[in-house]
Amino acid sequence: MLIIRQSSKLAVIVVLGLSAILSGCASGIPKDALTLKKDSFESRLLQTRKYQTLDEKNLLSASAAVLQDLGFNLDESETALGVVVGSKTRDATDGGQVAAAVFVALLGGGNMAIDERQMIRASLVTRPSKDEGSSIVRVTFQRVVWNTQKVVSRIEAINEAEIYQDFFSRLDKAVFLEGQKL
Amino acid sequence: MKKFITILTASILTLTLVGCGTNVRDQVLDANTGKGQVQTRSMQTRAFDTTDQEATLRTVIATLQDLSFVIDKADLDLGSVSGTKLDGYAVRMTVSVRPRNQSQLIVRANATYNDEPILEPKPYQDFYNALSKALFLDAQAVE
Repeated sequence: MLIIRQSSKLAVIVVLGLSAILSGCASGIPKDALTLKKDSFESRLLQTRKYQTLDEKNLLSASAAVLQDLGFNLDESETALGVVVGSKTRDATDGGQVAAAVFVALLGGGNMAIDERQMIRASLVTRPSKDEGSSIVRVTFQRVVWNTQKVVSRIEAINEAEIYQDFFSRLDKAVFLEGQKL
Repeated sequence: MKKFITILTASILTLTLVGCGTNVRDQVLDANTGKGQVQTRSMQTRAFDTTDQEATLRTVIATLQDLSFVIDKADLDLGSVSGTKLDGYAVRMTVSVRPRNQSQLIVRANATYNDEPILEPKPYQDFYNALSKALFLDAQAVE
């Protein structure tokens, strides 16, 4: 009896030890994280417009102004390479999640964590187009969401088409030009 | 038996602590990665037959964007660009472009996956494949 108890204790210790080692060192970037995928091209179309101007600096400052209109604060900029980067922190409460949390609480499921706060980042890059007399603008958005337990619950690129369309219609107005899709 | 368990517990604990390098020196210097500095550098570095640093940096930025990175920083004087990709995980990458000689530039990339350095060659090969296509130039191994 004593021997059985000891050997099961041993097994528990070994399992705990191994899992600690494995979780501590777990490495594994997804195989295709840095490869071009089929949807890379679609994302590029969605995120890019071509403007009939060679004035990259003007395009960049108009873009920075649009980002400010959208409530972003500029974090970084490098005019020589056509880069502006901005971010903002906003509420991330989602009606559906709140309803679900209330439902869970009513069923006695306790306090369910729901999304609370998000940091949205925008990065915009201009470059001369291969077509003469025009420049390319590409904007990308991503966000990190924290829940009510202050734990990161989402970490993702923002791919909603309407967001990009809205951004570019604002940029069109700011530069008095109409951006063309590629 | 009791002694055996004590020894086993102690050695597992030691392994847990040592195996993943929780000490400050190892983490700051990445001294415990199991790869030599030369090996890591050559895996992360390629040479290209061009001297146009600005065009190369702009192509690096476009390539990172194609790979779903959001650009964090760029500096032409320093010749460096950093970006972050978020897709349920975070990959952060810094790419620097410097002159190598009269006819070549050297490009170096280092990347982190969540909280760990990326030490497999494959992600770097993938990045340089994409960059090489965008530059219309071959990525040449260095050393």
